[in-house]
Amino acid sequence: MAFNGHQRDDDAVDEDETPSKQPRSNKEMPGYFRNEPGSEAAAPAGRATPDRRSSNSTARHRSDSVKKTRPPFPWFGMDIGGTLVKLVYFEPKDITAEEEQEEVENLKSIRRYLTSNTAYGKTGIRDVHLELQDLTLCGRTGNLHFIRFPTHDLPAFLQMGRNKHFSSLHTTLCATGGGAYKFESDFRTMADLQLHKLDELDCLIRGVLYIDSVVSSGPSECYYFENPTDPDHCVQKPYTLENPYPLLLVNIGSGVSILAVYSENNYKRVTGTSLGGGTFLGLCCLLTGCSTFEEALEMASQGESTRVDKLVRDIYGGDYERFGLPGWAVASSFGNMMSKEKRESVSKEDLARATLVTITNNIGSITRMCALNENIERVVFVGNFLRVNTLSMKLLAYAMDYWSKGQLKALFLRHEGYFGAVGALLELLHPS
Amino acid sequence: MAECGGVDSNPSSHTMDKSITLPPDEIFRNLENAKRFAIDIGGSLTKLAYYSTVQHKVAKVRSFDHTAKEAASDKLYEISVQEEVTARLHFIKFENAYIETCLDFIKDHLVNTDTKVIKATGGGAHKFKELIERKLGLKVDKEDEMTCLIKGCNFVLKNIPHEAFVYAKHADSEFRFQTTNPDIFPYLLVNIGSGVSIVKVESEDKFERIGGSSIGGGTFWGLGALLTKTKRFDELLQLASKGQHTSVDMLVKDIYGGSYGYLGLTGDLIASSFGKSATADKEFSKEDMAKSLLHMISNDIGQLACLYAKLHNLSRVYFGGFFIRGHPVTMHTITYSINFFTKGEVQALFLRHEGYLGAIGAFLKGAEEDNPNQYSWGENYAGSSGLMSVSPDMNPMQRARSGTFDMLEMDRLERQLMNLPLLQDPSSYIPDTVDLTEDALAREYWLDCFEEALDGVVKRAVASQPDMPEAALRAEKFRQKYRHKLQTLRNQPFAYGSLTVRSLLDTREHCLNEFNFPDPYSKIKQRENDVALKYYQKAVKSLEELSWEERQFALVRGVLAGNVFDWGAKAVSDVLESDPEFGFEQAKRQLEERPWLVDSYDQWLERLKGPPHKCALFFVDNSGVDIILGVMPFVRELLSRGTEVVLASNSGPALNDVTNGELQILTERIAAMDPVIQASLSEDRLTLVQSGSSSPCLDLSRLDKVLAMVARERQTDLVIIEGMGRAIHTNYYAMLSCESLKMAVIKNSWLADRLGGKLFSVVFKYEVPAGKPGQDSAALTPS
Repeated sequence: MAFNGHQRDDDAVDEDETPSKQPRSNKEMPGYFRNEPGSEAAAPAGRATPDRRSSNSTARHRSDSVKKTRPPFPWFGMDIGGTLVKLVYFEPKDITAEEEQEEVENLKSIRRYLTSNTAYGKTGIRDVHLELQDLTLCGRTGNLHFIRFPTHDLPAFLQMGRNKHFSSLHTTLCATGGGAYKFESDFRTMADLQLHKLDELDCLIRGVLYIDSVVSSGPSECYYFENPTDPDHCVQKPYTLENPYPLLLVNIGSGVSILAVYSENNYKRVTGTSLGGGTFLGLCCLLTGCSTFEEALEMASQGESTRVDKLVRDIYGGDYERFGLPGWAVASSFGNMMSKEKRESVSKEDLARATLVTITNNIGSITRMCALNENIERVVFVGNFLRVNTLSMKLLAYAMDYWSKGQLKALFLRHEGYFGAVGALLELLHPS
Repeated sequence: MAECGGVDSNPSSHTMDKSITLPPDEIFRNLENAKRFAIDIGGSLTKLAYYSTVQHKVAKVRSFDHTAKEAASDKLYEISVQEEVTARLHFIKFENAYIETCLDFIKDHLVNTDTKVIKATGGGAHKFKELIERKLGLKVDKEDEMTCLIKGCNFVLKNIPHEAFVYAKHADSEFRFQTTNPDIFPYLLVNIGSGVSIVKVESEDKFERIGGSSIGGGTFWGLGALLTKTKRFDELLQLASKGQHTSVDMLVKDIYGGSYGYLGLTGDLIASSFGKSATADKEFSKEDMAKSLLHMISNDIGQLACLYAKLHNLSRVYFGGFFIRGHPVTMHTITYSINFFTKGEVQALFLRHEGYLGAIGAFLKGAEEDNPNQYSWGENYAGSSGLMSVSPDMNPMQRARSGTFDMLEMDRLERQLMNLPLLQDPSSYIPDTVDLTEDALAREYWLDCFEEALDGVVKRAVASQPDMPEAALRAEKFRQKYRHKLQTLRNQPFAYGSLTVRSLLDTREHCLNEFNFPDPYSKIKQRENDVALKYYQKAVKSLEELSWEERQFALVRGVLAGNVFDWGAKAVSDVLESDPEFGFEQAKRQLEERPWLVDSYDQWLERLKGPPHKCALFFVDNSGVDIILGVMPFVRELLSRGTEVVLASNSGPALNDVTNGELQILTERIAAMDPVIQASLSEDRLTLVQSGSSSPCLDLSRLDKVLAMVARERQTDLVIIEGMGRAIHTNYYAMLSCESLKMAVIKNSWLADRLGGKLFSVVFKYEVPAGKPGQDSAALTPS
């Protein structure tokens, strides 16, 4: 993995300049990356930030040694998926007057454009709530911004890059996801940009481990649902991902990849399924005429899947005790839709809800089987399917808990869909 | 075909109109004796099961009392046709729409009043409970669906060879039937109904639902109906088979532009099902959506099945349920999925009688007191419809589903069948030499051959019952039935499992029996036995005059020449018919000179110079010259060497093969002339057993339990198999754990040609299993 080549250098820097913070982060993470316990924005809880200044100064103190290896601004990491492009942008906040003068106009304008807006064009969105402030990266302090836009708007993005003469900055654009390969030539021809392509699973794991290690204040990066089987008492609780290995990492994007992670550089892709976020949205669009994920989720939240699905109790009148199947369990997803009358009596909302439940439960059961086969008890779900999708998260938490009789724990990460892009950014700063 | 005459030979006319208009007495057969009903009512099809007894004509031979009236007859023994009652299981499948009509018919014809209860299973059992109870006056007794399914599955796996198959859409033959593994457990059954149940079956009584999924047939149907506005399941499948999923699914190459080489994921792999339909401004065709849905569901089920198989370390995975039920489209996508997820380590297996499992299981539940599991059962080819046509292009209306009755009949066999304990590897043993399902050229030849021979068989059948005026009519019915079977097999060679020469012969025997021609050759056999017996002593005497080494060769030539006398082979039956005096000596002259086509005679001779075998098991072939002048002298020599001999002959008649009943009389008669045979019989060194079969071929995995026991007890160290049917059409490649000798004369020029020989070429195949002492250690010289 990318980490290894630089591990020794990093550690050397790490040791003399960093006061004790997160022990695990010191041991396991390269020292270039520093999270500064939050500003007001990054930490809505409003905690004091006593070591901010000192930390910055220590960073400055060794900046000369880092400067040599530090790539020029701007720092981007990009993950071009089947549905969404995820972009992380590091905005330096420690720009000196001298730098300010040297900074070319293009760079300034890009920074201003990205940081002063929360929406770009018709479809680009900056997830402000995810922004990580006062982060030290490569000896520079700044804010990490999380931006996304649909993959089909990539041409508009490239056009913008062209208009803003992005290519004149001679930056390397680190990109992962399938689109890094698919659109490589478009980047070159349309925006005169050379992509540095990276493997998406490498980036994903690198990103997950990094973000988890740097977020130590504000809302916990990792969380779970307490009492998942009891809807009235099901609450979100922070979780400390200490000694995270082995870990099953389930990335739900358009499709799903399931990885078994044994250490930061030892992982394998166990399996995957094509029934993912893309399937949910694709089917919802066909069934309800909606066109966005948010719309589909909104409908799902108002629907009732039991009108669409055939439950065990619909067949057996109650539990199927012979096999320990509870009456409320779904026996056949969309099973009621075999009947014409029932097809005519369901609402679009019901259909959206059933689609969500079907896809989510299926991911849950495949995950559970993988966990059993790999003998792993901790499962982390990431990916943009889970964005603003508490419904699915609670369902997954429930399914993991119920069908494993409490053996499996479902964990979630706040930056759910951005880890690949973060991994790509890290690659820029630490080329392997 | 031209020669079919008045017989309806147009296969397409059998698909649509075989509806309720078909006389129901051809469907609900033997209802007057029916008892123990069971019914499995699914979402669209009903399966009815019942047990009946069938009155059969059987040919019996009985020795005349020679002491009383020596000169009363010049015949050797008496042939009588008797009535025999055998048990049969009937399974009928029809659309739910016909339930009422069928119940009425049953009610009108049901004579047996002992029946009080009907076992019922399936999702629809509840819905039709009242109707059944009202119509039949029987109490409906519900049985658990899954239990019935597993019971039925165990039953067909145990009793029907070639029950399970692998589906390969693009192979020469779509179906590759599996050899019956004597040990069927453990296995995984993935039942895809509206949902999916994954059941691990460990023994007859032990099974567990280890998992399942809600994404199943109901999801395909329900979601498919919503997406395409198509109501019927069959039509949805039809749509799916015409669609292109790539316009709806997001493939790896849609994301990557090509393959994802790093993970070895090819570009054509589906990354996100329905991933391209996440847009409001594009229309998708019904076909494409149905196809995408089918892939999504099949892949998902396949993946889960693989995960469960892996977790429980199971390699045999059977798929069933209405989603599968003979639909080539779903069998293909499931197979594809399993291959993908297990990289070929696990094969998706399907069952020929998958649709009947519930009904069979429910029936077995109700028949526990009759203990049907203690018997062996055999599929009756004459009374079973076979696997339906599966061309994916076929119109679903023609899929022989609507308005068609599908039948399965199983006969209770007189005895329990089991493996010959001397098979080297019972699980890989395949009786048949050529699989006509895969070998199109051979298939065409043999189907033609059997078709051409049909006239002769009909003629002989009529001639065998000169006292019965309606024999001609029955023979004509037989002709129609068998010709129809041949037609079916031309179109669907896989209808009854792997098509083989053996299955063609067996089907003919079943059809003859169906029309009460239990033994058309009985008189011919009688006459031939009679004539041959007269020469026995002379033959033995002339052999005794030879030197030891000359005699060994003469004995082998005798068996081979005797084997030329065979009414089963077309080339020979022509000669026999035109020249009844075709003699033994003439047959010897016909034989190929050494070196034979397959010739290990030298090794055999060397072996004979060594110590005698402990016990030889001899599977005999034809009656008359073959058994009396060929086999008996050979057996006599073995006995004289100190080898015990077990003669295995057919339990029931097949062509001119000698039956166990006949052989007993013949042996007695020979014993009366020959002190060697006499002594061997009385010392129990010569034993007659029946094979359990009524086929001109030989399946060493389905033999009478007694035979298997005797073979083991006597420490059999030599198995001799004689004749084209038993040693060439079957068992040519059979590997035994002891020495074996396969002897046959090829009496079919096409087959001879195939094997690189000519008509009357000789196969003399003596084999010693690796690691066993063969001719090398047999260096002793005869005394």
